[in-house]
Amino acid sequence: MMKITCPFCGARNENEFHRGGEAHIARPQPSMDTSDDVWGEYLFFRDNPKGIIVERWRHTYGCGQWFNVTRDTVTHEIKAVYDIEAPKPAIDAQ
Amino acid sequence: MQYSTFNLIKEGFVGHKNWPAAWTTPALKKSYDAVIIGGGGHGLATAYYLAKNHNLTNVAILEKGWIGGGNTGRNTTIVRSNYFYPESAAFYDFSLKLYEGLSNDLNYNIMLSQRGQMTFAHSQHDLEMIRRICNAMQLNGVDASVLTPDEIALRIPNLDVSRKARHPIWGAVVQERAGVARHDAVAWGYARQASKLGVDIIQNCAVTGFQIDRGRIKAVETKRGIIKTDKVGIAVAGHSSVIAEMAGFRLPVQSYALQAFVSEPLKPALDTVVVSPATGVYVSQSDKGELVFGSALDLYTSYAQRGNVPVLEDTVAGLLALFPSFSRVRMLRQWAGICDIVHDSSPIIGHTPVVGMYINCGWGTGGFKAIPAGGYTFAHAIAHDTPHPLAKPFTLDRFKSGALIDEAGAAGIAH
Repeated sequence: MMKITCPFCGARNENEFHRGGEAHIARPQPSMDTSDDVWGEYLFFRDNPKGIIVERWRHTYGCGQWFNVTRDTVTHEIKAVYDIEAPKPAIDAQ
Repeated sequence: MQYSTFNLIKEGFVGHKNWPAAWTTPALKKSYDAVIIGGGGHGLATAYYLAKNHNLTNVAILEKGWIGGGNTGRNTTIVRSNYFYPESAAFYDFSLKLYEGLSNDLNYNIMLSQRGQMTFAHSQHDLEMIRRICNAMQLNGVDASVLTPDEIALRIPNLDVSRKARHPIWGAVVQERAGVARHDAVAWGYARQASKLGVDIIQNCAVTGFQIDRGRIKAVETKRGIIKTDKVGIAVAGHSSVIAEMAGFRLPVQSYALQAFVSEPLKPALDTVVVSPATGVYVSQSDKGELVFGSALDLYTSYAQRGNVPVLEDTVAGLLALFPSFSRVRMLRQWAGICDIVHDSSPIIGHTPVVGMYINCGWGTGGFKAIPAGGYTFAHAIAHDTPHPLAKPFTLDRFKSGALIDEAGAAGIAH
């Protein structure tokens, strides 16, 4: 069982949370002038690294808060938990 | 040597000393007409159909570990074609038809057992939905019928069909031609015939990079040297994004672990394949007597082939809600495979942004049933540089055009 540290509630079991996918994706603007290629990329194409991923999580069965996490997709180790509006951290490939 | 009763008896007289290795272990050559990355079911089938249907035999399969050691050896071995949309039904029914003739085609017993697959309805609304799926399947030319609770109880005596059950049984849609096949035998059968036709199966050979010149593939870099080639086929399931990144493009794929479980062997207790959308559980009994079952994906993306505990608990709870009598059964093994999940639960077969490089991925949790058709159509794409008619709706372009084939609802379990 993975423990995730909610910024508000503290460390809780993984099944209280919901993963919200890759973080820091910006909607292309203005959307009316966006090509199909760029729009398709925005909707469907995602980073899927074997290693460190930057992703959104929500403490769905707790306080309901959204936050960001950097996590290792091989070891499941959580490297950092940070605010949803904070800028994307530099990722140490180690 | 052909596997036959005659050869078995003949070899019996001389102590079975002349059986050759099922596939050879050749030295890696400097160049090939085509290189397939991934020695799972899809990669092996692709190489076999390249050689058989397209006369392309100067082909290498590069496998990081050993053949059939990934998801091909880590699934619940279900084969079926109970899909909703015409494109999917045509594709998967072609796959099932190839499976029906595969033991003869490969001269290798894949132990196909068409014992039927039931998808349960647990409410009035479920019942309406399975009737709709049944109608769609019949319109698509796939066998399907709806069973009443009484008919289900006759076929599965230990299923809890009482009205007091946590998930009461309202009916089921059944595809009688669906069933299970021996997963390892599918990999080994394809490997043996591909090897016989001249394909080089190179195990323990991880790909480390590509040489691409002006958008065109030139060579594959591996741990055992550089291989020149004009055509590369990628069939690496959960690791598709990793290989794509080496080649400099992205995919609409997310990798999740899917667990499967095997119990200790029991006397015959279940002679069909059962899928319960409400509990997420699918279960069958292997020829050895083990219950083979699984349910939903793990909760977050992962490349760890082990799986986590919350999904294990949910799966077991779901199984026992359906079959209370299995509560004393002990579990024997658990494992996880890394699945290449796409938004519409439909595969990607065909071109990539790199010229001469093709991809076969996006099978998600259901790649095993698609091995024959996946290999067949992927071989066509590689040989002719154009999608096979059955695979035309399943190109990478659909994520730009928006023409998705959203099979999530009809796949049985909402992954």
